Amino acid sequence: MAITTGRASRTSRGRAAGGDSARGDRERPGPVRRALSRHWYAWAMTAPVVVVVGVLVGWPLARGVYLSLTDATEANVGRTIGVNVIPATYEFVGLGNYVDILTSGLFWERLTWTVLWTVACIGLHYGIGLGLAMMLHRKLRFRSVYRVLLILPWAIPGFVAAFIWRYLFNSDYGVINAMLKAAGLGAVGWLDEPFTAKIAVITVNVWIGVPFMMVALLGGLQAIPAELYEAAEVDGATPWQRFRHVTLPGLRPVSSTVVLLGTMWTFNMFPMIYLITRGGPGDSTEILVTYAFREAFTGVRNYSGSAAWGVIILGLLVVLASVYRRALRRQGEVW
Amino acid sequence: MSDITTGAGTRGRHRRSPAGSVLLHGTLLLATAISLFPVLWLLLTSLKPRDGWLSSELEIFNQPSLANYTRVLTETAFPTWLLNSVLAAVLTMILGVFVAATTGYAISRFRFPGHRGVMWLLLVTQMFPVAILIVPLYNLMARLGLLNQIAGLVVAYLTVAVPFCAWMMKSYFDTIPREIDQAGLIDGLTPFGTFWRIVLPLARPSVAVTAFYCFMTAWGEVAYASVFMSQEEKRTLAVGLQQFVGQHWSDWGLLTASAVLIAIPAAIVFLLVQRHLVAGLTSGATKM
Repeated sequence: MAITTGRASRTSRGRAAGGDSARGDRERPGPVRRALSRHWYAWAMTAPVVVVVGVLVGWPLARGVYLSLTDATEANVGRTIGVNVIPATYEFVGLGNYVDILTSGLFWERLTWTVLWTVACIGLHYGIGLGLAMMLHRKLRFRSVYRVLLILPWAIPGFVAAFIWRYLFNSDYGVINAMLKAAGLGAVGWLDEPFTAKIAVITVNVWIGVPFMMVALLGGLQAIPAELYEAAEVDGATPWQRFRHVTLPGLRPVSSTVVLLGTMWTFNMFPMIYLITRGGPGDSTEILVTYAFREAFTGVRNYSGSAAWGVIILGLLVVLASVYRRALRRQGEVW
Repeated sequence: MSDITTGAGTRGRHRRSPAGSVLLHGTLLLATAISLFPVLWLLLTSLKPRDGWLSSELEIFNQPSLANYTRVLTETAFPTWLLNSVLAAVLTMILGVFVAATTGYAISRFRFPGHRGVMWLLLVTQMFPVAILIVPLYNLMARLGLLNQIAGLVVAYLTVAVPFCAWMMKSYFDTIPREIDQAGLIDGLTPFGTFWRIVLPLARPSVAVTAFYCFMTAWGEVAYASVFMSQEEKRTLAVGLQQFVGQHWSDWGLLTASAVLIAIPAAIVFLLVQRHLVAGLTSGATKM
């Protein structure tokens, strides 16, 4: 630890002093101590986070990557039953788990659904959120009333919302089927069929996620200077052109952030799927994250397989984030 | 951002046609109805008698009573779960705010070796899926004897909540002029004293948001709580409630009543702080 910080401080000091040579540093006593006396406040203040995150994320991550290269399951990890210590017997299998996963149809099936789920949710969140934000941005009677009522789904804790909707979608006692029947249509077994179950989980996630988008985009709309609209109007721009060339570019900083955050959240949206359908019927609504969880904690717990799924998910997200950042940078975004 | 209602109608010079008005209000009313309906239905169902939820007819009222509420509070482990949830959420909140504030302040004000590293750490941690961490974390907790302990759960929640909160706090601190810190230092305060006595009180809105965010993270978390808290009396609400609507037995009366009990306080607090929350979220994210 001391060595790395010492080296880092030397380079940064070197930069600050305008090319103070490394040789000179070594001869003067105690660069580490001097760095410590100058920076200890900053280090002390960040230490709790670095330590907690490092221990509870860094170590499990390293361990998870290691497990993903073994064949560890519940049956062969070491454990202690009473006084008997059973040693671990799992072995290193290299990339075997990854090969198994990537060559299985199951993975691609789940990935397709996860991507579909993410794209559908984010598209609907953004589209509906933007529509509502633009309506609320106008001069309007009862505006603040609408606003508060429309935000309400966001205020409901996620797991509560999941339970509410599970009841609404209940095929025997759910109000949605009761309404369908009252309208003379047949009941639908919402959570019993793969296709309708998918529609149901997307509906719930859209219901929960739209308010956040709406409020964030409303903030973005209010940050666009009114002069731009006036200038566009003077130049004879149609409403569509104003939307296309003033509103959308003006929203870009906010949009890019919320879409990226939303994508991450939706991609990893564990509680909705887990609480509403448990991934069912069958495994039709299982997204990558819930599937990895199922591998690890149901049946014979497949720790290594689950860890490999986790590494793949993380890899996908990292790739996604960096592609996204690069795309933004190409458009001249300073993010 | 702060004046969502007052910044109104910069474009309201044109009078809207009556048809346009109807369309606008119609759409908004429909959206409002959709956003309200599930919550309203939850409330109505919870007020029905014991087996009132077992009805395939569309009935709005059915002998309203508080029977489900008394059952939840007296016959189930709901009070215990509530206590566990509150404890976990409050501890996460207190520790989370303190840790996020100090870190946020340090990366906002000081240029120190490792500065970039800390920023990246905070950013990257937000991307981690539960799936990869949960098994090793479970083993780690088991070894440290932290399974079925609120403390273990709180520590796990901190890793989820703090990186994001530190970002939010940092971007808020960035908006407070550095001259204020310098004035404090000249008056003889230590850097930590400056932070604690001067800057933190100025950042009160941001602290409120961070506190709320930490609280909600812990309050609504499902995966860690399901795995780490296996003992009946250690469960949190998000885990315990699943029991009311299990595979073999379900009682939506109990579930709806407890859902109302959980949702109403959360919704009230939320509506009070949501304005700051959005400002914090978007500014925290755009100023990377």
